[in-house]
Amino acid sequence: MKKNILIAICAGTICLATTSCKAVKEYQKSRINDSEMSLSGRKSQKNELNFQSYREGSSGANGGKNGGGCGCN
Amino acid sequence: MKKICLSLVGLYISLLQLHAQSAKDTTTYEAKKLAVEEVNLVSSLYGQTGDHSPVTGGIGTENVTDFANGLDLQLVGQDANAHKHTITFGLGFDHHTSASSAYVSKTGASKTGGTRIYPSVNWTVENLKRKNSFGVGLYYSNEYNYKSFGLDAEFSKKTNTNGEFNIKASAYLDKVKLIYPSELIPNTTVTDAGGGNTVYTTASGRTVSLSGGRRHDESALAIPSTPRNTFAVSLSFSQVFSQRLQGSITTDLVEQNGYLGLPFHRVYFTNDSVRVENLPGTRYKLPIGLRLNYFLGDKIIIRTFYRYYIDNWGIQSHTADIEIPFKITPFLSISPFYRYYTQTAAYYFAPYATHSFSDTYYTSNYALSAFNSNFFGAGIRIAPPGGILNTKLSSMEIRYGHYTQTTDLVSNIISVALKFK
Repeated sequence: MKKNILIAICAGTICLATTSCKAVKEYQKSRINDSEMSLSGRKSQKNELNFQSYREGSSGANGGKNGGGCGCN
Repeated sequence: MKKICLSLVGLYISLLQLHAQSAKDTTTYEAKKLAVEEVNLVSSLYGQTGDHSPVTGGIGTENVTDFANGLDLQLVGQDANAHKHTITFGLGFDHHTSASSAYVSKTGASKTGGTRIYPSVNWTVENLKRKNSFGVGLYYSNEYNYKSFGLDAEFSKKTNTNGEFNIKASAYLDKVKLIYPSELIPNTTVTDAGGGNTVYTTASGRTVSLSGGRRHDESALAIPSTPRNTFAVSLSFSQVFSQRLQGSITTDLVEQNGYLGLPFHRVYFTNDSVRVENLPGTRYKLPIGLRLNYFLGDKIIIRTFYRYYIDNWGIQSHTADIEIPFKITPFLSISPFYRYYTQTAAYYFAPYATHSFSDTYYTSNYALSAFNSNFFGAGIRIAPPGGILNTKLSSMEIRYGHYTQTTDLVSNIISVALKFK
């Protein structure tokens, strides 16, 4: 019984995920297209990302620099 | 029961097929001349205090101020074949003062200020029918001790299921000027090699052979530079999951080679001797970032970011970031944010006077030490439909952040971003 419930939950989740990825039409994207929902960083964040990449040992995968530049100071 | 199950499966498959059908694009595209679409101006004022400067071997002032300004001009046009062209010209100008720079000279007499100028140009062509785009970019940066030339190329493809795949390759070919601490500059030597030839070894270690009895050459006095190259391939995939939720995954595969330290960073050893920091000539980095943004109700957006990072110098880090913009009106929002960061130390790091003289690689740069950091602040964004006060200023963002590290480094940054349309 427990196994069936687990299978049903998994199947339901997969169904929901696959249909929901496709179900959003252009006219339904008013919230998705809101400027605050953007997946890229804000313009005002650019220099924050620069100083973090120089003051910390890691960088990249965040829209900032992944190399190049000095950070000498 | 079986029939109901089969019916549900059938219904689900037909729903999938319905969604999978992409409508045939019958749109007609009009050509539009290239024209200025928007102008962006970003200015930031950054201030920092700390007591672990690598210039003085991991002790001493780290006070820095930096005033950074960037202007970009975006032109957009379209041809009759549904190709949208976007050309962006950028120009950046920074001026900084750094207290520790004075101690490149042992007496503290070196200059503490400098400027950096960095122009750039990007060109992107988007095929509106095929839903893909291709872009290239060129970047240049120049400051008194460092030059950088960069280029990149990227390709994006939208899927029929609200997803987008992006691949980007970039290269930065940099030059580091070999400015050493005053007490560590190699002595200048002039050697008579016989036959009227002279071997002239400059203070910075460069060797120049002079013939015909010449014993002096002005060009030999110039401080030499050494290369530092960065090559990266970035892959990302973004997906709209629902009317309120979207996310992305990004990874960068990065290789750096050349001179990866800085020539004016001192390292003091347990035997009281001092050298210039020495780091390996290659570094491989692998960051993986995940973003998830959710629109909660009508006024609140939850923006989240997580990054895992690992490199072959021994650094592993975790970054978690959350920002919650709250819409006071549809055109005015306030966005508090918080970022937590933690990293392990590089194999080559040790504090002041704790490195063994027999170490092959050594640095006392606290950016490569183990620490945690907290960054928090808030931003405000105004973007009324007709422009601010009915002018061409279409949006304005002001953002302040306060940053603390467990190394005692503290900094503040305030940024203003203006968009003109």
